[in-house]
Amino acid sequence: MTTEKKSDILISVQKLEKHFNDGELKALRGVDADIHRGEVVVVIGPSGSGKSTFLRCLNLLELPTAGTISLGGVDITDPTVDINIHRQKMGMVFQHFNLFPHMTVLRNMTLAPMKLLKKSKEEAEKKARGLLERVNLADRADAYPSQLSGGQKQRIAIVRALCMEPEVMLFDEPTSALDPEMVGEVLDVMKELARSGMTMVCVTHEMGFAREVADRVLFMDEGKIVEEGTPAEIFSNPKEQRTKDFLNKVL
Amino acid sequence: MSIFEEWWLPIQTMIDNREPLNFFQNIYKEIYMNAIKDDRWLLYLDGLWVTLQVSFFAILAGTALGTILAVLRLPEVTELKYRGTNPMKKIGVAILHFLSGFAKFYIDLIRGTPLLLQVLIINFGIFGSIRIEKAIIGVIACGLNSAAYVAEIVRGGIMSVDKGQTEAGRSLGFSGPSTMLWIILPQAAKSALPSLCNEFIALIKETSILSYIALTELTKAGDYIRSRTYSAFTPYIISGALYLLLTLILTKLIGRMERRLRASDH
Repeated sequence: MTTEKKSDILISVQKLEKHFNDGELKALRGVDADIHRGEVVVVIGPSGSGKSTFLRCLNLLELPTAGTISLGGVDITDPTVDINIHRQKMGMVFQHFNLFPHMTVLRNMTLAPMKLLKKSKEEAEKKARGLLERVNLADRADAYPSQLSGGQKQRIAIVRALCMEPEVMLFDEPTSALDPEMVGEVLDVMKELARSGMTMVCVTHEMGFAREVADRVLFMDEGKIVEEGTPAEIFSNPKEQRTKDFLNKVL
Repeated sequence: MSIFEEWWLPIQTMIDNREPLNFFQNIYKEIYMNAIKDDRWLLYLDGLWVTLQVSFFAILAGTALGTILAVLRLPEVTELKYRGTNPMKKIGVAILHFLSGFAKFYIDLIRGTPLLLQVLIINFGIFGSIRIEKAIIGVIACGLNSAAYVAEIVRGGIMSVDKGQTEAGRSLGFSGPSTMLWIILPQAAKSALPSLCNEFIALIKETSILSYIALTELTKAGDYIRSRTYSAFTPYIISGALYLLLTLILTKLIGRMERRLRASDH
């Protein structure tokens, strides 16, 4: 039973610390977390709590100061590991979309599969068009990012990451830069993705999304995970005073 | 006898008889002496061809070398740290750091000294005892010079690209250099293009300095004709008009390229 449980862990984070400015600012002060396959983990917390830094450490966009992160049993903080290979298995969605503005939607989605997975153009485009269909943007394949609305851009950013067939998707406040009326369409895509069994780690301020979709909620404050549990536990019956204070402010 | 000579003969007679020429006859005299007689127009064309070739290859060399210098000066290179233990990679990083320092030194040196001196040093100093075509020396001198300016223009272009673009590229699994090649440089080129156009125009005109090392390019061609005809203005004006033609065509081409790159922003 224990071994089965262990193989179920996709990402294991141990004693993760991240300091900025030579230790002047300690964004993460020892974070331990396990992300299981197929699990949807939502990270919440006040701004400056280190939740975005935590997420960005997972694919080494921020280099941890101390601690280890293992992905599928491989310690990716080991400097001899080729991080580029492992990043292919971790899709990331950013607050500001970061679509490539000089490429069409289709090219945005096929660039990485063609260059990195050595897929043929036909194969990559077939996959991309299928994903566009799934997010109802099939007719925008030849548009440039500047011609899209914020919600459309973020949906494209999600399927661009999915084109690499990642094992886990990391979301860094994916709806924070959107006009309110566009939040729903992006959350719908994320919900569908969660239902399809994708492993997801999501930093968000959308408490409704956390409550509805998350298997587990991590509450972070001052660079640490203060409390974690199911959405029901966290939202209805928080144990820590800091969690209560935060939820009182946002709910 | 060509029509030009038929027109010329009466003027020649007037000159021989020391009769004064009117305004139009004077202009025709200048044109005939400086462009038509002895097929002198061919000399301008030869000069134009040399200027065009030297400029073209110097622009290519300058842009390629300048882009490399620009990348070497980025914080991604200067602040690159290797945390592993592979000795080859450690040496690689040390070499990159050295090249980065050299790039800065090179840009300061080239931008801080006159092009004419650089041309003279390359011609007499470096290639003084080697037989080599003057045009090749011209390409080397102008290319090396232009690279320093292009480097700063391209560096500015790269820094104008949002940091999120690099993060998006890296998060998909692209290596640093691939992200630079596929994602950052195409966007940098777009914002750098107007300044690059400026630099290319400057380079075309600066190749005139190569007349100092006896390369018969457009300026030297005009100068040679002046030495034969003693006309103080006309040969230089013809050369100047041809430079203008070159730079206008280049401006047009780059303008077209800019419009094509703008296709992505509506």
